[in-house]
Formats: sequence, C-alpha cells, structure tokens
Amino acid sequence: MILVWPFLIPLISAALMVLLRSRENVQRWGSVAAAVALLIASLALLVRVLSEGPVAVQVGGWPAPFGITLVADLLSAAMVFITGIVAVAVAIYGLEEIDRRESWHGHHALVQALLAGVCGAFLTGDIFNLYVWFEIMLIASFGLLVVNGTRKSADGAVKYVGLNLIATFAFLSGVGLLYGVTGTLNMADLSQRLEGRQEEVAVLVSAMLLMFAFGAKAAMFPVFNWLPASYHTPSVTTSALFSALLTKVGVYALIRTFTLIYDLDVPLVRGTLLWGSVATMVVGVLGAAAQNHFRRILGFHIISQIGYMVLGLALATPAALLGAIFYLFHHIIVKANLFLIAGAARKLTGSEDLPKIGGLYAATPLLAVLFLIPALSLAGIPPLSGFWAKFLIVSASLDMQSWFIAFVALAVGLLTLYSMSKIWLEVFWKPHPDGDQAIEGTLPVAMLVPIVGLGIMTVTIGLAAGLFVDAAMVAAEQILSPHAYIDAVLGARQ
Amino acid sequence: METIVAVLAGLLVAGGAYLMLSGNLVRYILGLTILSNAANLVIFAAGRMAKAAPALTAYGADAPAAGVANPVPQALILTAIVIGFGLFCFALTLAYRAFYAMGTARMDAMRIAEPREDRG
Repeated sequence: MILVWPFLIPLISAALMVLLRSRENVQRWGSVAAAVALLIASLALLVRVLSEGPVAVQVGGWPAPFGITLVADLLSAAMVFITGIVAVAVAIYGLEEIDRRESWHGHHALVQALLAGVCGAFLTGDIFNLYVWFEIMLIASFGLLVVNGTRKSADGAVKYVGLNLIATFAFLSGVGLLYGVTGTLNMADLSQRLEGRQEEVAVLVSAMLLMFAFGAKAAMFPVFNWLPASYHTPSVTTSALFSALLTKVGVYALIRTFTLIYDLDVPLVRGTLLWGSVATMVVGVLGAAAQNHFRRILGFHIISQIGYMVLGLALATPAALLGAIFYLFHHIIVKANLFLIAGAARKLTGSEDLPKIGGLYAATPLLAVLFLIPALSLAGIPPLSGFWAKFLIVSASLDMQSWFIAFVALAVGLLTLYSMSKIWLEVFWKPHPDGDQAIEGTLPVAMLVPIVGLGIMTVTIGLAAGLFVDAAMVAAEQILSPHAYIDAVLGARQ
Repeated sequence: METIVAVLAGLLVAGGAYLMLSGNLVRYILGLTILSNAANLVIFAAGRMAKAAPALTAYGADAPAAGVANPVPQALILTAIVIGFGLFCFALTLAYRAFYAMGTARMDAMRIAEPREDRG
C-alpha cells in the first residue's frame, strides 16, 4: 500500500472536493490537509526506499510483466517527496490567493487531480500506464489554466492545449511501436528485451517519438512555445505548481526512458538530446532577457534550466546524471519560490509589468531578501543550492572535455544573473513610478510562510550540499545499473 | 493488411497536419482529432493483425484457446479513444470560449496573453 497512497490520497481528496464544492472553507483547509497527508505518505515511501532499495507492487495481483507494476527507486521516491513539499507550500499560499469564484470553479479539486497524476507518473513501472498518468495530469492542468475565467487565460490555454496534445499523440504512437517491437509494456521487461536491438529502425523511431513527446512536456527547444504562452496567465498558485512539477515530470520521463529502456550510446539519440539541451539553455535565457513581465521572465528561465537537466542526462556519465538529479530537486524548490514571490510582489504593487512597479526594497526589505535567496540560487551564486547544481553539471562536462558545452553552461548562468538583476532593479530597487504610497498593505502570513519555508530549504541544500549530493549519487547509481529496479519489478513474480 | 493500415495512418497524419497548419482554431482541433485516430491505427497495426477469434476465455479455464487475437492493442486503443474523446470535448469547449473571449478563431490574431510589443 505504501506505493499507492501518494496518488490515492489526492484522488480521494479530488473526489471529495468536487462533492464539497459549495463549502469554500472546507475546500481551502481540506487542500492543506490533503497536501500534508501526501507529504507524510511520500516521506514514508522515501524512508522505506532509502532503507530497502527499490520497492515494487503488482497491482491487482497480476504478475509482471502482464499486469501494471508500481515501482519506486530512490529517484521516484524523492520526486514524490518533493511533490509533497510543493503541494503543501502551494496549498498554504492558495489559502490567501484563491478566491471564492476560482474555488467554486474547481481549483482545489483540480490541484489534487494534478498531484495524483504527477505522483502516478513518478511511481508507475508500465509505459502505457505512464501515458494514462500523463493524461490525468494534463487534463487537470487544462482545467487549472482556465478556472480563473479571464480572457488572457483562455488565450494561454489554447496554445497550451493545442501544443501539448500533439506531444500526447506522439507519445501514444511511440508506445504503440514499442509494443509492436517487443510485445511488452513493462519498463523493466522492455529494458531486458531491447538488449542488443537498440539500433533497429522501429526502436529508434519509437525512441525519437518518445523523446519528442517528453521533450515537449519538458519544454525543450524547439517545442517549448506552449510554456511562455501560458504560464503567466493563471493564478500565481497555479503557475507555481506548474512551474515546479509539470516540466519536471517530462524531465523525469526522459531520464527514466533513456536510461532504462533506450541506450544513450546510440549516436542519434545522444546527439539529439545533447544539442537539443544546449539550444534549450541558450534560447530560454535569451528569451527571458527580452521580457518585461515578472512571471514571463521566470517562465523563460524554466526553459533554460530544463536545458541543464537534460544536458546532465545527455552527457551520460555518472557524475553528469548525479548533477541532473541534484539540479531537478534544487530547481523545483527555487522555481516554485520565485513564482510565489512574483505573486507577493503583485499583491503589494498591483502589477507584474516591470516598468509599472518598483519600490519594494524600501517597503518590505524582508521580501527583498527572500527574493534574493532563490534568485541568486537560480543564477548559481555560492553557497546556495544552484551553485552546486551548476557546478556538478559544468564539472561533468569539463571531465568529458566538452569545452564548448561547459562554456555555454557558464555563459547561460551569467545571463541568468542578468535577468535576475533586472528583476531586482525594476521591482525592488527603483522607486515605484506612482510614488511610495502606491504600495499598500503588508504581506499576508499565508503568502509569507511558504516563501520563507522554501527559502530555508534552498539555503539548507546549499549549506549541507554533501548530504544531498550523496543521496543523488545513490539515485544515479540505481538508475545507471538498474538491476535492483528490474529485480524488484520482475523478481516479484515468484 | 498491416501495410494498408500503416499507409492509412500516414494519410491521416498528412491530412491532420494540413488542417492544423491552416491557422484556424476549429480546423486545428479537427486536425488534432484526426492525428489521434492515426495514433490509434499505429497501435493497431503495430500489434499484429490477423483473422482470429475474439480473446474470450471459456468459463473456468485459465487461458483462452489458441488462435485468438491479441487483446492488448485493442485495450490500449480503447483507453486511448476514451482519453482522446475527453480531450477533444475539452478542446472544443475551450475553442468556443476563446472565440467568445477574443472574437476570432484565427490563431495569429490571438495575442492577448502575449501582446506584440510596440518597438519605436
């Protein structure tokens, strides 16, 4: 059961919240309670996986590879755990931000459905089941994008839905071809059956289709356009949740399939991922430099940071994969935090357009400091978590003597700093164009708590980096030599 | 048989892509639907096609008799059809809502979320 709770809790909560739709307060606090329950369940799973290694369960008692297997290695368990952390932070923030109308339209139920989809995608060991969880996540995110009912969000949702559905069908076709080649859908079984067949045309075609599909979900170059079109349109709570989790599920799926199922040593696969990731870093950061809207800048930075993570996967050394995993965790916390801060700044100044706002340093120095922590971490300033994440990736590429790639990674870090200092200057440092009296009120506690909490985590990861690097190393080892994973899935047969 | 279905899937993808490139939101969604049907056909063709009995297991038996069709691709397609239908319904509703909000179904003209900046 320990593998089932992380998606069962949100699914049950989602159903309850649909039933309790007219009780706004029950929904708001129920959201927090459900998120805390998810965090506890995911912590239990993480502790179990840390002590025992990968665990698996055959759903319905159908033996692998015929039934659907749920399986958690350290990467899955840690991803589920961090999903729990983000869920709690966003639920607390939502207490303040989500109004009656949005709640009536189903915000809270959709958040829970989204969390179920995300956790399910992390925990499944079956590639068609992964598709189903992706769809649950996707349809919930469609709903979340439009529940605030503005014209802007309808426009953003059209792009988001239209482009994501193409990826969905590519995913489906890829799975179909893979099944045609191997006759199995179980990922551990696929890993064994494809040994020595990696260069077959049908296998390569399915690999490219899945790479396209997951790359689009992860917002890689050149299929990232849905992200900057939509991430700034819904409520801040929703964008923080999206920015933390959705693209990262894509990265997780890339890591899982391109280590377990497909072989990264095939030049076509490796080269596409490698240069795709380099282009993603550059395009994302340049796109951000051209923006003047708080959340749109952050949206483009998601793209550029995704490039680092996929780069870690594409370099395919243990050190690089370790860096990618560390990056994944650091990024989820930092990015969610930055979006929440964008919402706090909007609450105080009334806008997200950088030219129209300012003066927050004078008004609330505390928020300014809280912004600097994730912002400098994102840019990779020591001793914050982002420094170690970038350091691991860059040193892995230097080890491989990929000088050009290391140079690009460092240059993108510098440009990230440029964007962050732009936000700092425009939002915090310069005086408000309408004078100081334009900044009204103080920050509500419900907004401050998650921002402070995530900020403390960023500093902690930075200061106790050794601990987290060791954990990421164990996760990377489990991924690169997946015997324990495969044994947990297929060995459970007896 | 597989060849015919494979060619048909290719034709559907071509038709879907043509509709999606027309720049009209309604046609785009119709194109997506055709694309989803192409994906279903790909699964169907990849799962081997044969003249065979339905995969029914006799009462009390553990496995169906020999010579039955592979039920897995059919199950996958059924799942995909149901999901695709739900997505299609949502997409149509969204298209209606977007048309209502923006007064146009031309995708080039939908720029509320990403306004063109005036460069002087």
